[in-house]
Amino acid sequence: MKRKWRETGTGYLFMSPTLFVLLLFIIGPIVFAIFLAFHKVQLLGTTTFEFVGLDNFERIAHDARAKIALWNTLKYVVIVVPCQTILALVLAATLNAGLKGQKFFRIVYFLPTLTSSAVLTLIFMWMYNQNGLINHVLKLLGLPTYNWIGDPDVALTAIMIMNIWSTAPYFMVIYLAALQDIPDSLYEAAELDGANALQKFWYVTVPYLRPVTSFVVIMGLIGTFQLFDQSYIFSGGSGGPNNSTLTVVLLIYQYAFKTLGTMGYAAALAFVLALIILTATLLQRKFSKEESLY
Amino acid sequence: MKKRATIGKGLLYAVLVTYAIITLIPFLWALSSSFKTLEEIVSGTISFIPKQFTLDNYKQIFLEQKMFPRWLLNSTIIAVTVTVLNLLFNSMAGYALARLQFPGKKPLFIIILAVLMIPAQVTMIPNYLILKQLGWLNSYQGMIVPTMINATFIFMMRQFFINFPKELEEAAELDGLSRLGIFFRIVLPLARPALAAQAIFVFMGSWNDFMRPLIILSDPQLFTLPLGLNSFKGQYISYWNYIMAASMVFTLPVLVIYAFFNRYFIKGISFTGGK
Repeated sequence: MKRKWRETGTGYLFMSPTLFVLLLFIIGPIVFAIFLAFHKVQLLGTTTFEFVGLDNFERIAHDARAKIALWNTLKYVVIVVPCQTILALVLAATLNAGLKGQKFFRIVYFLPTLTSSAVLTLIFMWMYNQNGLINHVLKLLGLPTYNWIGDPDVALTAIMIMNIWSTAPYFMVIYLAALQDIPDSLYEAAELDGANALQKFWYVTVPYLRPVTSFVVIMGLIGTFQLFDQSYIFSGGSGGPNNSTLTVVLLIYQYAFKTLGTMGYAAALAFVLALIILTATLLQRKFSKEESLY
Repeated sequence: MKKRATIGKGLLYAVLVTYAIITLIPFLWALSSSFKTLEEIVSGTISFIPKQFTLDNYKQIFLEQKMFPRWLLNSTIIAVTVTVLNLLFNSMAGYALARLQFPGKKPLFIIILAVLMIPAQVTMIPNYLILKQLGWLNSYQGMIVPTMINATFIFMMRQFFINFPKELEEAAELDGLSRLGIFFRIVLPLARPALAAQAIFVFMGSWNDFMRPLIILSDPQLFTLPLGLNSFKGQYISYWNYIMAASMVFTLPVLVIYAFFNRYFIKGISFTGGK
């Protein structure tokens, strides 16, 4: 009996830092966020809350900037997630082919994942300069050059290119770990059936990796929906030029911390974003499960 | 047949080398720009080797820009403290969830798993208001306390301790060690590989974080490097030589850590990679 009490005590002692943070900075805030989403918040002097019902949610439907932000974010997700997943898979398969110098290539490929988003964004802004490296290379190849940072038509594309480049290696490592688990006998059987390298990749590797791909796509969805650092730094916090790099999270940030009296509205937007992410992940799960039935 | 295999191999190498170049160019370009004079930067000539190699940019950011060393210090203090606390607290929680019996254990574990799925944007605004109420905006503790545990790594440590041999602990208990003694003297030292992987991820997460300091810190004295770098960009908008030098200084510590812990790094990813 005494022993049992002691164990309970130790258990709670060991859990106490976690419980403290969980209650004060995670669960408490989630409840608080629900409260905020139904209130108008005034931060001047003492913080005041005024109940406004569903106003904040209704306002989203009439907010032109919210629509732009949502559209930009969706465009970004739909292009970046498949590109980075395919690139990660191809790089992992190439690295796994048993060539010399694999370790060296793996270390090199991993550099962007280690580097902070702030540094990467600055390096790319420097390369995207009108007189910068990227335009020079394009000119050299006889391709058209762009005002990458200043032209609303290409600014988001510039961020997409940078992020596919920097995120793919992270997923590549996850694929690499999974590739090592594929039994050789599967490839040997395929070889007996006369499959070439490409067919082996398509009919053995890709199906075998389906669960990992599902994980990579879900992580990709969660990450891309939350795009913030890059568009903040790229546009100096504005989401410009002409709202072309405005993302949902950047808009939430602006409403919460840069304009007065819209914090409750920002909380409502955050909820809608959470809901979108949740729906996208569930859809992806359902989709990949149905596929594996065949 | 053999000839075809060689062609295939050549093709694979071509892919690998091309992508290595694509990966390296931005870093090499940033590095080379950090050693160039402002004249060369402004002239817009494209050369990876500086015409006139100079260390002035580094001197400028460390000696003239007095804030820069301060930002480096702030980032280090915060990242190191957050890492140490995470290692300790996540292991303690993971151990309790794996090994100890206490009422409410199961619901707690489920809550911790559920928390993994809440996007940070939902808690970001209330967190700001709570920190404001506590008077913790613009403070180290405001940066450290909310991030001193991490649900992902509590989960990872739990999985690790579940597979940990019980016999060692039982032997230690017979020798008269208490639970606390067992945990700190026997279990924690043996968990080193899991701790190393965790340490790298937590340190990098804190070192590279942009959004949290952007919201919590407004006093330039307390800025961390990512924030400092961003304000630096605003201030020296066309001095890309300074900005690139600062970026290189910022990146170096992470590269050094990676070089030392490369082995654990890959292990850590497959740990957290949902396998």
